Amino acid sequence: MKIQVLGPGCQRCRTLTANAEKAIQELGVEATVEKVEDVHEIARYRILATPALVIDGQVKSAGRVLSPQEIQALLPG
Amino acid sequence: MSTETACCGETSAVAAPAPRERPARLLALLVLGLAGWTTLYLAIEPAAAFLAGRVLGLSAHTRLGSAVAFFLFEAPKVLLLLGIVVFAVGIVRSFFTPERTRALLAGKRESAGNVLAALLGVVTPFCSCSAVPLFLGFVEVGIPLGVTLSFLISAPMVNEVALVLLFGLFGWRVAALYLVTGLVIAVAGGFVLGRLKLERWVEGWVYESLQRATAVYQAERSSFADRVQKGVEAVRDVVGKVWPFVLAGIAVGAFIHGYVPEGLLAGIMGKQAWWSVPLAVAIGVPMYSNAAGIIPVVQALLGKGAALGTVLAFMMSVIGLSLPELIILRKILRPRLIATFVGVVAAGILAVGWLFNAVL
Repeated sequence: MKIQVLGPGCQRCRTLTANAEKAIQELGVEATVEKVEDVHEIARYRILATPALVIDGQVKSAGRVLSPQEIQALLPG
Repeated sequence: MSTETACCGETSAVAAPAPRERPARLLALLVLGLAGWTTLYLAIEPAAAFLAGRVLGLSAHTRLGSAVAFFLFEAPKVLLLLGIVVFAVGIVRSFFTPERTRALLAGKRESAGNVLAALLGVVTPFCSCSAVPLFLGFVEVGIPLGVTLSFLISAPMVNEVALVLLFGLFGWRVAALYLVTGLVIAVAGGFVLGRLKLERWVEGWVYESLQRATAVYQAERSSFADRVQKGVEAVRDVVGKVWPFVLAGIAVGAFIHGYVPEGLLAGIMGKQAWWSVPLAVAIGVPMYSNAAGIIPVVQALLGKGAALGTVLAFMMSVIGLSLPELIILRKILRPRLIATFVGVVAAGILAVGWLFNAVL
């Protein structure tokens, strides 16, 4: 599974990335967390606010710093 | 509990179960909380006086005494005000997602669009690091450049933390003044920038890469409990972040209050010095402080003879035009557009500063 955090690298994006890592660590699932900071790349997802959480290419949330628990609830399975 | 919304990046992600309170119980809790808040708020003044006078044994007439009394009174007052307003704003903002704002603005003509964009900028959740995706999203549905810029001026400039601090430290008149003039600058600035036909200074890829989209907005079904949850989140998020700045700012303010002699600043920051307004803007623009830290300092300066217009101009340039946001916007806007943007907004701020120095 591939988790991406979209955002230009502000504090909120870093927190969300850390929370995503914590979420998969706690569940012990196989997943990679990747930070996407390139504007062109972010633009492709058609979001209006960052940070955004993308799981396997699907935008799951935008403009919010989700807690590890909230991210776990979004993970498939 | 509603499940995940369909596709396109809703702000919801309602995965986290909002507190499973019954509406009646939640309402009772809110009323109770409000009562507790009011009690605390009313207790600040006597408690601060008691602490400073009896416990610490400081006279209000000494420098140290007046500085300490100022801090003990202002710090809890501002933090309490901040808590309740950020909570309320969090709830209000749960009604205005960026998606909804975009749908409201799509298809509006320029003048009416500028006004609406400036107003929506106040209530839509926005963080300057989101400026690029928001800009692209607005352009994509055909919102005119000037209208988009009205939004981008008002969103950071008229912010709830600044309003609370202005209200708490200066009173409602100054807070209202700030709100109204901030909106006027956003409307007028966006309109002027729109007239200048600056589209050619938007980076080429912006228009090329975007195919025309239509603004679809699916109303997000949020329960009352979800919205309260958003309010609580906002308090944790905002107050959790700004409280050290507020305390530091009030501490510096307290020092100025106690130790800087009256009227010292009248010469440099007073009404007579016309150049104080542009100077305040020039210092304010590159400064990127949390409004939270700057306002208490500014309030103390005002008490020492600085003029209100100068102070307002300084505040607006600190929060309204921030360097990090401009750097982020550089990715989509050419330097000439950014310079024009800064120029027009700064001109608006100057006008506000001079106007209030002349009138008040």
